[in-house]
Amino acid sequence: MSTTSASTALRHGTLGTSASRPDGVAKVQGGFAFSSDMWADNMLWGATLRSPHPYARIVAIDVSGAYAIDGVVTVVTAVDVPGKLTYGLIVQDQPVFAAIGDTVRYSGEPIAAVAADHPETCQRALAAIKVTYEVLTPVTDPEDCIAGVAEQIHPDGNIFRHQRIVSGDTSVVGAVQVEGEYEIGMQDQAFLGLESALAIPDSNGAGLEMYVATQWLHEDRKQIADCLNIPEENIRLVLGGVGGAFGAREDISLQVHTALLAMKAGRPVRISYGREESFYGHVHRHPAKIWMKHHADLNGKIVKIESRMVFDGGAYCSTSPAVLINGITHTQGPYKCDNAIVDGWAVRTNNPPCGAMRGFGVVQACFAHESQMEKLAAAVGVSPVEIRLLNAMETGDRMITGQIMDSVAPVAQCIRETDAIPMPAPLENNADLRTIPGGTGLTAQPSNIRRGVGWGVSIKNLMYSEGFDDFSTARCRISNGVVTIKFATSEVGQGFTMLAQQIARTVLGVDEVILDTIDTQVGSAGSTSASRQTWMSGGAVQVACQAALAQLFDHVATKFEMTRSELEIDGTDIVDRLTQRRVTVSEAISEIEIDCTEEYHHPPTEDLDENGQGNCHVAYAFVAHRAVVDVDPELGLIKVVQIATAQDVGRVLNPLAAMGQIEGGIAQGLGLAVMEEIIVKDGKVRNPSFTDYLLPTFLDSPTVEMVFIEEHEPKSPLGAKGIGEPPCISVTPAIANAIRQAVGRELPRVPIRPYDICL
Amino acid sequence: MPVLIPRSVDELVDIFQEHPAAKLLAGGTDYMVEVNLHGRKPETMISLRQVKELSEWSVRSTQRSITIGAGLPYADMEHGEIARLVPALAQAARTVGSPQIRAAGTLGGNLGTCSPAGDSLPVLAALNATIHVIGPDGNRDVEFSDFMIGVKKNSLRPAEFVHSVSMPIVDGWQGYAKVGTRNAMVISTASACLVRDSDEGIVSIALGSVGPTVIRCHGAETWLMKTMSLRAESTLDPVVAQEFGQRVAQESRPIDDHRSTAEYRRHAVGVLAQRLLLRSFS
Amino acid sequence: MSINIPVSGQSNEIYSLSVNGQVHQVKDAWIGESLLYVLRERLGLPGSKGACEQGECGSCTVIVDSKAVCSCLVMAADAVNTEILTVEGLGPNGALTDVQSAFLSEGGVQCGFCTPGFIVAVHHLLESNPSPTDDEIREALSGNICRCTGYGRILEAVRTVADQRRTNS
Repeated sequence: MSTTSASTALRHGTLGTSASRPDGVAKVQGGFAFSSDMWADNMLWGATLRSPHPYARIVAIDVSGAYAIDGVVTVVTAVDVPGKLTYGLIVQDQPVFAAIGDTVRYSGEPIAAVAADHPETCQRALAAIKVTYEVLTPVTDPEDCIAGVAEQIHPDGNIFRHQRIVSGDTSVVGAVQVEGEYEIGMQDQAFLGLESALAIPDSNGAGLEMYVATQWLHEDRKQIADCLNIPEENIRLVLGGVGGAFGAREDISLQVHTALLAMKAGRPVRISYGREESFYGHVHRHPAKIWMKHHADLNGKIVKIESRMVFDGGAYCSTSPAVLINGITHTQGPYKCDNAIVDGWAVRTNNPPCGAMRGFGVVQACFAHESQMEKLAAAVGVSPVEIRLLNAMETGDRMITGQIMDSVAPVAQCIRETDAIPMPAPLENNADLRTIPGGTGLTAQPSNIRRGVGWGVSIKNLMYSEGFDDFSTARCRISNGVVTIKFATSEVGQGFTMLAQQIARTVLGVDEVILDTIDTQVGSAGSTSASRQTWMSGGAVQVACQAALAQLFDHVATKFEMTRSELEIDGTDIVDRLTQRRVTVSEAISEIEIDCTEEYHHPPTEDLDENGQGNCHVAYAFVAHRAVVDVDPELGLIKVVQIATAQDVGRVLNPLAAMGQIEGGIAQGLGLAVMEEIIVKDGKVRNPSFTDYLLPTFLDSPTVEMVFIEEHEPKSPLGAKGIGEPPCISVTPAIANAIRQAVGRELPRVPIRPYDICL
Repeated sequence: MPVLIPRSVDELVDIFQEHPAAKLLAGGTDYMVEVNLHGRKPETMISLRQVKELSEWSVRSTQRSITIGAGLPYADMEHGEIARLVPALAQAARTVGSPQIRAAGTLGGNLGTCSPAGDSLPVLAALNATIHVIGPDGNRDVEFSDFMIGVKKNSLRPAEFVHSVSMPIVDGWQGYAKVGTRNAMVISTASACLVRDSDEGIVSIALGSVGPTVIRCHGAETWLMKTMSLRAESTLDPVVAQEFGQRVAQESRPIDDHRSTAEYRRHAVGVLAQRLLLRSFS
Repeated sequence: MSINIPVSGQSNEIYSLSVNGQVHQVKDAWIGESLLYVLRERLGLPGSKGACEQGECGSCTVIVDSKAVCSCLVMAADAVNTEILTVEGLGPNGALTDVQSAFLSEGGVQCGFCTPGFIVAVHHLLESNPSPTDDEIREALSGNICRCTGYGRILEAVRTVADQRRTNS
């Protein structure tokens, strides 16, 4: 099955249609309140002082200079933290503020925060705080940490996690062997909506309300409560409009700082980061070095994979252990593999802290395995398509973790459908210069250009893993003839609020669905990450609406004397299947009060044992990418011409939104392939600005031709799989493979730089 | 009020003389970045927005030269008559920042900031542009090579400002090329402007982002003019073009930084020089 | 939403700006404030967004004297005697412009942070070039960064408006 269209038989606004965004009008008019668009009476501005050194002991902190500045109201440091001094998603090893006598462990680590009457006053106050550092030599090479020769830079040690996978018969050797050492640079999520939080203390001083752009309200609240020593129920977190996330908001950044300042000042405080601070203020994608060796028979069938993966997690733990597991468990890619030995390390260094970014460890593993597949194809003498079809995974296969693939797994179909997408027209001699590498820089003419084609196919797990119960909650209320849905699911731009309305409209047979404020006044929805919200929060909304529907049917059966077991929704009517008597939903809900809150849980998963065996993931999605890239081999400049893709989406719930996720993910994968990297030298970030951390512009973006593979996933509540991450994963090696084909170089590192191509 | 707003060049001269420490503000595309991001504290500002004369441009056809006001935005150089008369400048203008930056940025700003990565500067260097400077001691003309004297250093004296820039209108071919890591909105990694005056048989080539100042490759120019004729009827041997590129590369003095390496920059300007020369004969 | 206008020893600028046809007095301002800051923090016009403060993202795009510029790079106190148009001033009386409608109908809005800058830039583009080619659209909008959409649906939105205007004219 290929593309589905928004069927005219479907009622507009229900599942399967390109329903309108509830926040759309506000967004196009400039009236949508992002968290940085929030103000309160009597509000102060806050700002954070950060260490310039990647590793240093704090000898003294003197804040008196800040207090001497007119307009400064208060300053906070570690001594002002009333509760837990550290926070973190898995291990609470990250200090709210670095303390006197302790060390800072990354360049940008917070030392203090100020609240004042104007952002400029804050800047002057920060400049007036004197911190005495004893500068130490930073630990920057993960291999030193693994070898045990690096200084222990934290009491917990320098190893976040070490995990092996030993699968099948590791003594097997292939007639054909290909190997490579691959490197993936540090990518940044670079969401546009800069970090911002507004904290308003309660007048009784016992709690606060905070408006913040985040991925997981409840997890933020927990950490704020622990650090401020306030009961969670005294903290109300409200989702401020989120300008993109892509993983960077899974860890807290300014939440505790803002709350502390507000509580201490007794006034509302807003902290809003600028772009440079944002680069320092959130976790990045783990840079990684991956060695991989594929053993295959003479036909190219994989018989064993060996790999060693090292993820540099930077100064604090964040989600590094989970990122590592994702990486190593995806070593085999979307291919059958009976035998494997994988050694994976997630390591602490004085480099910038790393954590979640769209793809979560699988991006790195995929770059390695798809680079390997190109080498394998060449070694065996088959095409990139043939080698992948030969090895394509199927439902029922045993994975290297011992888990049986029980998701729909249309790998071969993804590849074939992608292959069937027409190639773009060849480059013409009179091609518009904006379409060739170098663009309006006039560096090249079409005769200087060579074209390459490359492939990438990937598998990505959905939801959280290794025993984590990342459930979601939703509340469906029917009152005065109005349906209201409430959830804590972070809308970060992906369109969940739109989907929630679609679900409610479909299940309940209504057209109008009100969305309540997204806050902590309802149960946790888990994080907007891991391609999980459609499945989990969509599932919760569906279950809550179904529970409400059941009560509604009870009421209708009684009131209208219809047979309860025969009732169903047909469009906007409730109909008795037997008698065909019908009642409009709007009439049915006009006199009833229903209030259902439901949780949705996925089946439990397991930890991995010491050999990496365990049913650790919930479900999987697949995608294929084909990249056509033009290259100027003499200057090393490139232009991605076309990305063709077929993605295993389960079911298209909103065609326009699905297109948007796929095109957007592809752009991020393109960025990692050729232009995006946080450059770190000796622990210091060299390019914390948009001048030198380059995001793809309109003139860098390719044509995208896509096919939705819709094989409904029976385990998914809506039949749909998460689609957010797959688009950014295998497009990176696809582009790399295309450039490799054009210039005949190994190019083992991304982002590929011009000098890698031509020197 | 610290934002002073002169309405004519004469007023500007007077106000600037009264406040020699004031900052001149035209498009603001460099200065406001300093304020927003690098802690620059504005004190007295002189706005150039109302000095309309600075945004004018004119052609002296008898002298075959064009004079462009320091306040004319890049967007106005990309098309029309200016583009026809000084195509290399139009090409360079088109690569500055983004359309929004081009609507505000000016030659006066590029010259004021005097960064070796300034997009228009290789064009001014290759055309031997004359910078018209006005100050408390009157007017003076400064050749581009005497104007840019170091990284972000120009030879303006206190209370002096750039009024306009004059360039010859050249018969022949001119072109600009700029290397960046993405296809829009980039600071140049390496850039070059080549002017072939097929009337006089002269070539000039200037490089950006490969030295503390924009570099005129006099050695390569001299070698080329000795090796072949650059006049209109001449033809170009690709081997000569290749050697020209290598000689240009040798005269560059690039550094390693977070954007690129010296090795790549040297290589890139060589390729650009070769390609620009080939284009000038095609 | 209320606006806290701070008072501090550094702030003594007084001037007026004409925005969306209305004259606004600005008081107690610091001279270094950009037009973006003043629009958002003093004039109650937070539609324009700041994502980089250095003219590298286009989220702050406004029209000043008929030119689309980055408001983060305009010194507010220098914008006196100009006509400023922001996203809030495009649609008459809360109605959507055709550009705004097309962004919605074609899926050009996800997180929405870049959207106001794009809307202003697209209006400006179509005013001077009513029938742009795809490459002209891409170049005209190359100063507006979007991190969510990959630009595909935005291109479609601009094409849609251009087609509609052609049909209606």
